[in-house]
Amino acid sequence: MELPLLHLALVGTPNSGKTSLFNALTGSRQKVANYPGVTVERKEGFFVTPLGRQVSVVDLPGTYSLRGRSPDEEITRDFVLGKASGEIVPDLVLCVADSTNLRLTIRLLLELKRTGRPMVLVLNMFDIAARRGITVDVERLAKELGLPVVTSIAVRKGGTADLLKLTDEISAKLAGEAEANSWRALSVSELRATQREADRIIADCVSLPARPDTWTARIDAVVLHPVGGLVVLTLILFVMFQAVFAWAQPAMDLLKSGFDALGELVQATLPDGLLQSFLQNGVISGVGSVIVFLPQIILIFLFILLLEDFGYMARAAFLMDRIMGGAGLHGRAFIPLLSSFACAIPGIMATRVIDNKRDRLTTILIAPLMTCSARIPVYTLIISAFIPAKDVWGFINLQGLVMFGLYAAGIASALVVSFLIKFFMLRDFAPAPFMLELPDYKMPRLKSIAIGIYTRAKMFLVRAGTTIFSMMVLIWFLASFPQPPAGATEPAIEFSLAAMIGKALEPLLAPVGFNWQIAVALIPGMAAREVAVAALGTVYAIEGGKEAAEQIGQVLATKWSLATALSMLAWYIFAPQCASTLAVIRRETGSWAWMAVTFTYMLVLAYAASLLTYNVAVALGAG
Amino acid sequence: MTDTNDTRPLMPLGLAQRGYTGVIQHLSAREAGSALSDIELESRLIELGFVEGARVEVLHEGLVGRDPIAVRVDSITIAVRRREAMAVIVA
Repeated sequence: MELPLLHLALVGTPNSGKTSLFNALTGSRQKVANYPGVTVERKEGFFVTPLGRQVSVVDLPGTYSLRGRSPDEEITRDFVLGKASGEIVPDLVLCVADSTNLRLTIRLLLELKRTGRPMVLVLNMFDIAARRGITVDVERLAKELGLPVVTSIAVRKGGTADLLKLTDEISAKLAGEAEANSWRALSVSELRATQREADRIIADCVSLPARPDTWTARIDAVVLHPVGGLVVLTLILFVMFQAVFAWAQPAMDLLKSGFDALGELVQATLPDGLLQSFLQNGVISGVGSVIVFLPQIILIFLFILLLEDFGYMARAAFLMDRIMGGAGLHGRAFIPLLSSFACAIPGIMATRVIDNKRDRLTTILIAPLMTCSARIPVYTLIISAFIPAKDVWGFINLQGLVMFGLYAAGIASALVVSFLIKFFMLRDFAPAPFMLELPDYKMPRLKSIAIGIYTRAKMFLVRAGTTIFSMMVLIWFLASFPQPPAGATEPAIEFSLAAMIGKALEPLLAPVGFNWQIAVALIPGMAAREVAVAALGTVYAIEGGKEAAEQIGQVLATKWSLATALSMLAWYIFAPQCASTLAVIRRETGSWAWMAVTFTYMLVLAYAASLLTYNVAVALGAG
Repeated sequence: MTDTNDTRPLMPLGLAQRGYTGVIQHLSAREAGSALSDIELESRLIELGFVEGARVEVLHEGLVGRDPIAVRVDSITIAVRRREAMAVIVA
């Protein structure tokens, strides 16, 4: 007889190694979604026990208590209590503890016990604890707590064997005998009493070593040094951007030539006509132009995940707290803003770590001003077409300098906008506290990181395969129909719907130096900014034949003035048109109004910046 | 450790310099002037291990205004702004 699916839930404090245990149990069999109505990420995975029991496990957001002071913590509480809408009450709760640091977890566990759910304490990272000379009397701990305790080493092969065995034993005994829930929010004195109780149990069952983690202290002496720490942070960011821009290039070139070869193959095999044009100009060059960014996305997430697993991200927040505080930002905003350099969407989603509403909102509003990787193709294209690759002052590459300037302009405008928000809109809020655990450093584990990158790369490719693909089909359609009348001498696109739309918008965009081709390209750019490049490619390809598509940069150099090119760069610093970002902002703020505010302010800034750039450039003779 | 408690004056952790070591005597959220309510601040401090009797050491300070501070609380390290640390009375 097939046994019903066993439902497990992983609960633990932040930094307890919950996610690496989750990865170890489920491998890549994971589903990432959202809890209904809120924006908390819901991670569910599946595995099979040694006895063949099918198990579903949900990785709940890290929390220090069940009070529910943030959406993350509310989800954890409601899930364990079986009150989360549309969720099944977990059959078994696994409370995950970092064995080197039991204090906070044991207190959480004592609180969790009152919910009456069947529960197991998992002493994770048991190997690190042993290496540091921490000994835990597991049997005694189990007796004191009144529940099974199992050790695990999530990052080692077979390190979860005991846990799997125990899961089988417990699931055989489970018969819905869950005790009644006696949990209610703890008062301060109860909280204090629970912590005392936890400390007593730890004193009885755990012997702490004479030697604390000297490595963490040694690294922190440099990394958290008031001045040295900022130098290290700058170096890390520098290496990160070098990697994203330089190291990703060979892989990107490879992907690009792959798509080019595919396009040529289609051209060679299929007869001239609509199908050939659709596959080559619409599908392959359109979707291909987006997929080439996969290496960059992978690299930026590699860095973010490595730094997070290592334990550095919390330190970066510590270093940046007061510096960002000057612009009205919270130290925790550093991580979301850093992620926004890859893409504003994960960045905005990462603002969940900020539990103060005002700080979170400010961070969400400025996250799209961080230069996301989708702007890179636009910048690269225009810079390589218009900015000469010469050196200034002997050693600085002018193209690189312009690129840096565009990034700096994005950051500077973000700080100004944040300051203005703080000053004018949300000023009646007192500053939120900054309280953060600085975990001991840990060697990042490749498997866990690989799974993290895999899930994100998959999300990106799915998006490229769906949203971006359909936008490319649409732009190809608009640019190809209606077909030119027989005997027409002008390029085919002149007769198309795209040209009509573009020309209708042209009067609005003429003051900033944009022609109708740019207007056409900005529309599909709503799907994803980088599509603008592909769209320009499509527009000029259908206009000028396939040579134009291959040499899009050179075509632009002959068709645009320098002033138009600079104006386009200025526009893209702000570039309000990214439908996915706007959708995420609506979801995360739960309000159409904040989405509208974001779109409007970015549109105004983009138009103003372009207007200024274009007119100054024309006045200087670049028109 | 304990015998020094009688002789050393009480002070808020928020005023402690780098290198300071001491023992938490009590929490007094009202004196902190934090954005959080007194109960919320006290609860959060307890949840991060700031309870009476815990040994604290100020390990690091930020660059601007020597803020925030990284505090060793028994076996873990917590980053906290001086404003909130004012609620932790040490000696």
